[in-house]
Amino acid sequence: MRRVVVTGMGMVSPLGNGVETTWSNILAGKSGAKTPTGFETEDLACRVACQLPFGDGTNGTFNPDDVLPVKEQRKVDPFIVYAVAAADEALADANWKPESYEDQISSGVMIGSGIGGLLGIEKAAYDLQAKGPRRISPFFIPGRLINLASGYVSIRHGLKGPNHAVVTACSTGAHAIGDAARLVALGDADVMVAGGTESPIGRLALAGFAACRALSTNFNDEPEKASRPYDKDRDGFVMGEGAGVVVLEEYEHAKARGAKIYAEVIGYGMSGDAYHITAPSEDGDGAFRCMSAAMKRADITPADIDYVNAHGTSTPLGDEIELRAIERLVGDAAEGLTMSSTKSAVGHLLGAAGAVEAIFSTLAIRDQVAPPTLNLENPSVDTKIDLVPKTPKKMDIKVALSNSFGFGGTNASLILRAVD
Amino acid sequence: MSDIAERVKKIVIEHLGVDAEKVTESASFIDDLGADSLDTVELVMAFEEEFGTEIPDDAAETIQTVGDAVSFLTKAAN
Repeated sequence: MRRVVVTGMGMVSPLGNGVETTWSNILAGKSGAKTPTGFETEDLACRVACQLPFGDGTNGTFNPDDVLPVKEQRKVDPFIVYAVAAADEALADANWKPESYEDQISSGVMIGSGIGGLLGIEKAAYDLQAKGPRRISPFFIPGRLINLASGYVSIRHGLKGPNHAVVTACSTGAHAIGDAARLVALGDADVMVAGGTESPIGRLALAGFAACRALSTNFNDEPEKASRPYDKDRDGFVMGEGAGVVVLEEYEHAKARGAKIYAEVIGYGMSGDAYHITAPSEDGDGAFRCMSAAMKRADITPADIDYVNAHGTSTPLGDEIELRAIERLVGDAAEGLTMSSTKSAVGHLLGAAGAVEAIFSTLAIRDQVAPPTLNLENPSVDTKIDLVPKTPKKMDIKVALSNSFGFGGTNASLILRAVD
Repeated sequence: MSDIAERVKKIVIEHLGVDAEKVTESASFIDDLGADSLDTVELVMAFEEEFGTEIPDDAAETIQTVGDAVSFLTKAAN
């Protein structure tokens, strides 16, 4: 199979507009968690979320008007706007502007989302009830469909290759990057714009995930402390929003055009728990098998893994199950392993999580630093793995593994390696 | 311009995001104002809402220009 490398990255996150803004805020130990604004929160069990820092576009704030005209924004849910913003940044970073027909048909898009246009569906349901079917906009359907993120990006940049979208809950972003890398490896495309996007934050999603008992509810008065993976006081995840998009490119294609190469995607593994709709299998077998599959594909040994960007959502069950699965995977190499959860800083971006975390893993390789796990005061776990509490750790990182696990028992692991 | 024409013009400017001077009586939504077929469906819905009237689908298909909309809505108002 052909080699696949990352040549561009783009992101909008609760810690800022753009990859570099977000990354410097992560390394500075900042949290994106706040009391959400824009809707009534008083009666919600969880009153913490990581919303984008909206603003005029200066000082790292995100201004949707810089991405799409207001007229276009009205037609779509925010997850599409975020995807377009992240894809614009990634393609500019990669300096890839396909203009010839040949370049266009060999460039594709695979941007997924966990739940797509939930906010717009909620609003349209009210309109249907109050005003009747004749008041439903012709843009209601195309502005909510998950694959329209890929659609908008392809139309905007003339990307005529494979056009696809992944929907695997919180594994979406990782699956999208892994699947897109496969398409490049197999020759279906030379370049794929891949990632995940999500704009869930509102009363409906906060109520729904709280009903699943998945969200933190004990830190409503101290939002920045709510996302605390591995800490004994953790009590659920903090919902985030945003998008992460990478440009994946066939290695020789990238080299031939002198593209900057961040890292190579050397491993991708998938598995199913076949256990429960929301809970991870207690023995961590699903996580173990997907990491094993990625390692096998990468042809590396446990000792080769320097850094793990954990799924680590800050739920009581999930964090420890993942940790034990990794200990089982690496055995004696646990001693030298470093693992952190960047969800402690940006929250859980659901369908975008795997994509932003693959980018953080790539940046960890680029900058030789492991981002911290915020709020890890008193670990509930006893482990030899360094969980990078509170401050970043300078270290040699050649190989990074990023995990994502989703509702339905769907698991994905990506392995990235520095390119000499 | 009549009151109806002013209100039509305002809706067109808002929904299609175009400059006011382009929105003349003879301007075609699709050929002159950059609308696609879905935009025109939404425009008709906005006219219905603004003027509290129902525009049947076969009538909606005949509304291609700003002037078409004004004359339809003027007739409907009488």
